[in-house]
Amino acid sequence: MLPNRAARQSCMPDFDPALVLAGPYHDLLVSGLKLSLQLLAITFVLSLPLATIVALLRLSPLRALRWFGCAYVESIRNVPLLAHMLFWYFGAPELYPESVKHWLYAMNIEAISAVIALTLYTSAFMSEDIRSGIRAVPAVQFEAGRAMGFGFLATMRLVILPQATRVTVPPLISQTLNLWKGTSIATVIGVSELMYQAAQVESASFRSFEAFVFATLAYLSVSLLITGAASWYQHRYPVRPT
Amino acid sequence: MIEIEKVNKWFGSYHALVDISESVGKGEVVVVCGPSGSGKSTLIRTLNRLEPIRSGRILIDCHDIHRPGLDINAFRSRIGFVFQQFNLFPHLDVLGNCTLAPIRLRGLKPAEARERALALLDRVGLVHKAHAYPAELSGGQQQRVAIARALAMQPPLMLFDEPTSALDPEMVGEVLAVMRDLARDGMTMVCVTHEMGFAREVADRVIFMDEGRVLERATPDAFFNSPQHPRAQQFLSDIRSPFAGAPG
Repeated sequence: MLPNRAARQSCMPDFDPALVLAGPYHDLLVSGLKLSLQLLAITFVLSLPLATIVALLRLSPLRALRWFGCAYVESIRNVPLLAHMLFWYFGAPELYPESVKHWLYAMNIEAISAVIALTLYTSAFMSEDIRSGIRAVPAVQFEAGRAMGFGFLATMRLVILPQATRVTVPPLISQTLNLWKGTSIATVIGVSELMYQAAQVESASFRSFEAFVFATLAYLSVSLLITGAASWYQHRYPVRPT
Repeated sequence: MIEIEKVNKWFGSYHALVDISESVGKGEVVVVCGPSGSGKSTLIRTLNRLEPIRSGRILIDCHDIHRPGLDINAFRSRIGFVFQQFNLFPHLDVLGNCTLAPIRLRGLKPAEARERALALLDRVGLVHKAHAYPAELSGGQQQRVAIARALAMQPPLMLFDEPTSALDPEMVGEVLAVMRDLARDGMTMVCVTHEMGFAREVADRVIFMDEGRVLERATPDAFFNSPQHPRAQQFLSDIRSPFAGAPG
């Protein structure tokens, strides 16, 4: 029998940071942090190009492509991340062909499902930020690129996107922070990321305060690093008026 | 060099260009003028297909540039276009603006493109601004960079769409000087402009437009000294004494 909360508190020693700064619990938490960072990095690297493609679809001269981009964004961003997570882990694999299923189960299927859910979710939000960044660049810039002989995509890549990126960074940072915090949702499908490991440590040691303080500080520190990287970028690549 | 044959263009129900037929020879400098809304900017924008046309043909070096299937990008890269609002790329410095297209579209090595750009910047008197960003330049300087940027592609034809209209008066001269220099070098130019001094001095021919039609075409001397069409007479008297007809 587990002791009740009041009994646990009365017989527990004081806050003991050493417990999470070294030893097996520390190793568990650090491995969780590493996996969380991997989820963040992989999802970010996949989301950004996907979001750019979706934004370009929504700005395309072809109606069918615009419609497709719009359907993507609306169907994904209006469903909670938790539902995406559960769907891609429990629901979607049912539909995969047998060979894909085997391959997935041989891999870390929890982490892969989490990356799929996070990538789709994050890119839907990011694509809206990128789209508004592109729209913030005056249309005559596009015309100037075309008049020089660049095609649609080359004008986008060389003229519009470099300008759009600069105004898009602040909202993209807030999406990246959401993504970083969103990686914790992966705990519900058993991805052994930071939140999951903190809960493991808590239930093994009853050291809830230490475990969750570690997790909290880790989330906070990484978030502040992301914010710091953003201010560096904005300083290095300032928005230049036309 | 340019053959415009019975070109018509509509914006919705508005007939913006009405049966325009013109031709511009190699090395010729043609000034297009007329009151605002007369279709002169629309006309020059159809010459590199920034605006589509409804009917007629535009031949440049014997190629129908509104023909579907034409490699319009290759074509545009051989026509220099200078905008009223300069439209420099604000994220690139002056040198970057002038080397982007030569490197990407002509396959020049960066060093070659840089050398060519510096020579052109020298020509427009801005070599000392090579590393400045557009926002750090005056309007006149930006427009001179825009001209150098267009020239960097070594186009046989330059189109100017009101290149001095967005400039403060004291900067008009420096831009016109560059254009005059180009004209003397034998560049084929079509300029939409209200700068009558420039037209008088440099143009081989003046085309006067109103309400989408070409109403008069003449040598600068004939146009300025004895305009034939009443609208042209009115236009010239309006721009010579802008307050004459104003109430109060």
